[in-house]
Amino acid sequence: MADQAPLIEIRSLVKHFGSVIALSGVSLSVHRGEVMCLLGDNGAGKSTLIKTLAGVHKPTSGDFLVEGRPVFFNSPRDALDAGIATVYQDLAMIPLMSVTRNFFMGREPVKGVWPFRHVDFDHCDAVTREEMHKIGIDVRDPHQAVGTLSGGERQCVAIARAVYFGAKVLILDEPTSALGVAQTSMVLKYIHQVRQKGLGVIFITHNVRHAYAVGDRFTVLNRGKTLGTYAKPEIAIDELQTLMAGGKELQAVSEELGGTV
Amino acid sequence: MVNTTQPTADLSTAAAVKQIQDERLKEVSLLTRIMRRPELGALAGLILVTIFFLSTADPSMFSLAGVMNILSPASQLGILAIAAALLMIGGEFDLSIGSMVAFTGLVFGCFITLTGWPLLLAIAATFAVAAILGGLNGQIVIRTRLPSFIVTLAFLFILRGLSLVGLKWATGGSTQMRGIGAAANEDWVREIFSGNALEGLFSWLAANDLIAKFPNGIPTVTGVPVSILWFIGFALLATWILLRTRAGNWIFAAGGDANAARNSGVPVDRVKTSLFMLTACAAALVAILTVLDAGSTDARRGFQKEFEAIIAAVIGGCLLTGGYGSAIGAFFGAIIFGMVSIGLTYTRFDSDWFQVFLGAMLLLAVVFNNFIRRKVTGER
Repeated sequence: MADQAPLIEIRSLVKHFGSVIALSGVSLSVHRGEVMCLLGDNGAGKSTLIKTLAGVHKPTSGDFLVEGRPVFFNSPRDALDAGIATVYQDLAMIPLMSVTRNFFMGREPVKGVWPFRHVDFDHCDAVTREEMHKIGIDVRDPHQAVGTLSGGERQCVAIARAVYFGAKVLILDEPTSALGVAQTSMVLKYIHQVRQKGLGVIFITHNVRHAYAVGDRFTVLNRGKTLGTYAKPEIAIDELQTLMAGGKELQAVSEELGGTV
Repeated sequence: MVNTTQPTADLSTAAAVKQIQDERLKEVSLLTRIMRRPELGALAGLILVTIFFLSTADPSMFSLAGVMNILSPASQLGILAIAAALLMIGGEFDLSIGSMVAFTGLVFGCFITLTGWPLLLAIAATFAVAAILGGLNGQIVIRTRLPSFIVTLAFLFILRGLSLVGLKWATGGSTQMRGIGAAANEDWVREIFSGNALEGLFSWLAANDLIAKFPNGIPTVTGVPVSILWFIGFALLATWILLRTRAGNWIFAAGGDANAARNSGVPVDRVKTSLFMLTACAAALVAILTVLDAGSTDARRGFQKEFEAIIAAVIGGCLLTGGYGSAIGAFFGAIIFGMVSIGLTYTRFDSDWFQVFLGAMLLLAVVFNNFIRRKVTGER
């Protein structure tokens, strides 16, 4: 039974910031080996939701279960320890630092006895090179600054880092929003790889095409509420688009523009 | 990609390809590795300044005595500059360092003359006071989210004012406190914080005619001032922490992008508070060293040292925006400082050119650092 429990399940989650109701009853779940797409337009509450899942915000009310057990996170660290890794839109990567230093940031392996305890950078370099190689990024030198990598490569490094450190659930906050076509497909391909490893992925995006390319199920968020969850066979890409945009209004605009939006 | 259907045929080619790649990798990284060192600019500057003085200054500048003359002020500034560099890499400023030198000097003087505590206790208590003040600086910056520039600017004035008021209170109206040297007990602790070290070595060197000596056999330089050893030791320790420890990685991360660091589980607030405590303790160390050497303290101690320390750190490769820099760079920066401020007196130039030089050097360093940063991050 425990095996069947979703990696993450939330039920009617509510989050208030003072008088602002950011989330008013959100429910979703993500299972092993599944890409769950969270769709929503600007202001739908996507960011608040993932920050709540990542331990940055505390929910005002509602249930939050990880592998069937209720959890309460006090900090992002708690969420990380529970196996929930978040790759933020703004990357959580530091451009001036080397790939290795970024990869191990906050979780540096140390050796030696205090006061001589130090980071085992040789090991770090080797691991970084190896992990980068696995995802097909040829890091010429793990000491090179992350700033020299392309946007897609940086996203992949951030994801690889989360996977390496034993994440069970990956929350990807608009990983493709700032990327070109080739880079996007690189990231999507990698998301697919991660799913095959048995991780659960929550993929946040407002690009229905990107979502439909890798998603298994889709949850649509609007004005702080879930409009519903649909498995891929149940819903067509156009329907999803309409649902996400809040229905009729956009449809009208879309028709005016010849159905291209 | 290795073709898995024909493993035997492809294995050797794959190995060969890998080897070629590795070779290319080393060739590329030699030059880039040098370029990537933040202290490159400071080292180049030091070489240029040395060449300048070698060609213009009296040769006695580079005698052993001359070098000690240069290194003494450089070491006092350098201890501050290295701490300032760590803090700058961590993304914050501390403009109160100079005033902190005066204030902790007063605190130390009071502990010695008014309480009659043994030296070790007085030193420990002075560091404790400094750490508390530094921690306060840090906590205010973190809790108010105000720029550290403003918060520590306030402390620049508060501490300078407190030093004046406190000195007058403690001495009954004077802005100088004397008799600290006489009141402090002579023991091994004092040896660590004042006077010269390695005197045995220097006598031996003189006896073997390896260094200059007076006709009576006493070497002209009797030893290395302890402040220089503190300076070197602190530079090595700071470099090791920065480049080899977890704390070092956290300092870079906190300064590079505090939010990203926090999201990755780096305790940014703790790192920053510790760094503020470190700069304050570095100021206390300089205060203790100078007060014990001079035997007195006054309200002008450490005047404008905060700017000199930051300039030395910037010359040493620290970016004003944080996240990049080096302790060894600040070490070189402080030596450049000492060399120019003292060196001009060995030349026929007016020593007041010093300030002109200082400004020019700062400007050059900032422009150079910016260029390097763009190279490193691949910004175009």
